[in-house]
Amino acid sequence: MDELKKAIRDYVVKEYLEEGDDRQVGEDTPLITGGIVDSFSMVSLKRFLERKYSIQIPDAEATPQAFDTVNSIAALVTRFTKG
Amino acid sequence: MSTVATHPSYEGLCADFDWGVAERDLGVNKGGRINIGWHCSDRICELGQASKPALIWEDFAGHGRTYTFDDLRVLSNTIGVYLGGLGLRPGERICLFMDRVPELYIGFLGILKMGGIAQPLFSAFGEDSLFTRLADAKTSAIVTQRKHVGKVRRIRERLPELRHIVVVDAGDAPLQDREVAMTLDELPRVERFDPYPSTSETPSVLHYTSGTTGQPKGAQHVHYSIVAQYLTAKWVLDLQPNDVYWCNADPGWVTGTSYGIIGPWSNGTTQVVLDSGFSTERWYAFIAKHRVTVWYSAPTAIRLLMRDGTTVAKKYALSTLRHLCSVGEPLNAEAVIWSQEAFGLPFHDTFWQTETGCIVITNFPGMPIKPGSMGKAFPGITATVLSPKTYQPYEQPGPVGLIALRPGWPSMIRSYWNNPTGYASKFKNGWYLCGDRASIDPDGYFWFVGRDDDVINTGGHLVGPFEIESALLEHPAVAESAAVAKPDPVNMEVVKAFVTLKPGFEGGPDLELEIMNFVRKKLSPLAMPQEIEFIASLPKTRSGKIVRRILRAKEWGEPVGDTSTLMDE
Repeated sequence: MDELKKAIRDYVVKEYLEEGDDRQVGEDTPLITGGIVDSFSMVSLKRFLERKYSIQIPDAEATPQAFDTVNSIAALVTRFTKG
Repeated sequence: MSTVATHPSYEGLCADFDWGVAERDLGVNKGGRINIGWHCSDRICELGQASKPALIWEDFAGHGRTYTFDDLRVLSNTIGVYLGGLGLRPGERICLFMDRVPELYIGFLGILKMGGIAQPLFSAFGEDSLFTRLADAKTSAIVTQRKHVGKVRRIRERLPELRHIVVVDAGDAPLQDREVAMTLDELPRVERFDPYPSTSETPSVLHYTSGTTGQPKGAQHVHYSIVAQYLTAKWVLDLQPNDVYWCNADPGWVTGTSYGIIGPWSNGTTQVVLDSGFSTERWYAFIAKHRVTVWYSAPTAIRLLMRDGTTVAKKYALSTLRHLCSVGEPLNAEAVIWSQEAFGLPFHDTFWQTETGCIVITNFPGMPIKPGSMGKAFPGITATVLSPKTYQPYEQPGPVGLIALRPGWPSMIRSYWNNPTGYASKFKNGWYLCGDRASIDPDGYFWFVGRDDDVINTGGHLVGPFEIESALLEHPAVAESAAVAKPDPVNMEVVKAFVTLKPGFEGGPDLELEIMNFVRKKLSPLAMPQEIEFIASLPKTRSGKIVRRILRAKEWGEPVGDTSTLMDE
């Protein structure tokens, strides 16, 4: 897992999984549809990404589909990092 | 395209109405024996529907299970006996704190069958939200999952009345103090069980709901509520014998019990449940796969579907849909018009709340819809708008006032748990006050205007500012806090917090995110401020009370109103 994906994954595990929740989070684990990150919590994840990578993700791009996996989130970050 | 069945006119439904029509269908009477758990399972089996699918369940990964009404009957017996075997007694509060798994739905019936009071709570609640509600109710047991038990563990020492923590998917995971594993498939099935002899006024369900002041209150329902939930499901959701029904609501909220359990199953309706987060394509695929005919959704979800457009909808076979309803917040006219384009059917807005227990003002199948209108009062419900000055109904249609209902419908809450003062405050001049404002047009249609208080309606769920502000104050950086509603194109409103900081702390994006996550974990994602503004001081009265309406008005671009009583800065 590359550095970007690892950072995303580690943040998700730290912030959105409870003690005792032994679900594994891989690159393609459904985060939104799998109930790990709900649509309201997406805002905090978006803020984290914007802050860490100094990007702005338009609200229209911050969709449940775009945030559903580590891979899709990484793709989103990469797209807005390159501008 | 399927069409809505022929319906009697609204006027026809209202003519000579009394709740006896539902009582006769259910075989109950006021003062007699009623047990919601029995009526939603055993009774349907006695009507010859034992082998009919009751619950078709699927998770996000596509794993599914089907339960017949006989399965509901036997498995709810099983859970009822199991809970009794733990020493739990009728009247004790038993919390259900799970995702939308079968044990949640069946457990609800099981608790009611053994005479317990079911206390479903949203599984995304953080430990503070969970603690507040369990402590207030002095809950005796909680039924939960491994992924959520961590929150319970962190608060259990402060809950001496919580004797049992039942984990439905413990597997080989080690258990801790007061925890027991209950794997439903491994329990001996209980074929015969005499349900607790509950009567119409026996407490049944305790739903916590947020208000403008103080902590959330426990809205106490009774078994007689089924009379209203059965009939409104039949007449408003139009549930017919061959329907496949999907209610998007989580049973942690009242929609998910009134119309996600009691309404459909008392009508013997097959319902489908998807235990998954939102995904437009996943939802459409689910509707197509299970040939859903009646869909009860929410404006926030509908707006998300709208954002993805009609092209996506038309990729899926959705023609089995014949009736659509919406709940939780006012359904904007654009959504009604869009759904006609996307599905060939309009969403019918329905208005009600935790305290009413059932739909009270609504659009009916076959009744002309005025897009953006709440509709008309359900037969047997006397609804009006009151002048906020006199608490009398307006004599003429048009003015905006307080939505009010004449007390006495079957599913009206009987109390707020341990809060008679709070309960009494809901009634004025012989009317129950909903806490919302509306107007009535000359045709008798209600038009929602907004809340009459500071409660925030986000994604169709009410969140109280006091709870959020209290959580904010627990953050080491926060000196003072205020939480208000901020407009949002998808969720209608989201929480925005204003805070002043203690000396030594500086506001900025990092601190904002830290506090957001802090509140989210303590309370819930719904209560998490989606924006935090750091300000030098909060607007207050001269007595020091924070004036939220000033902050709210600025967010909504409205006049701030009278500022003469404010403390000078």
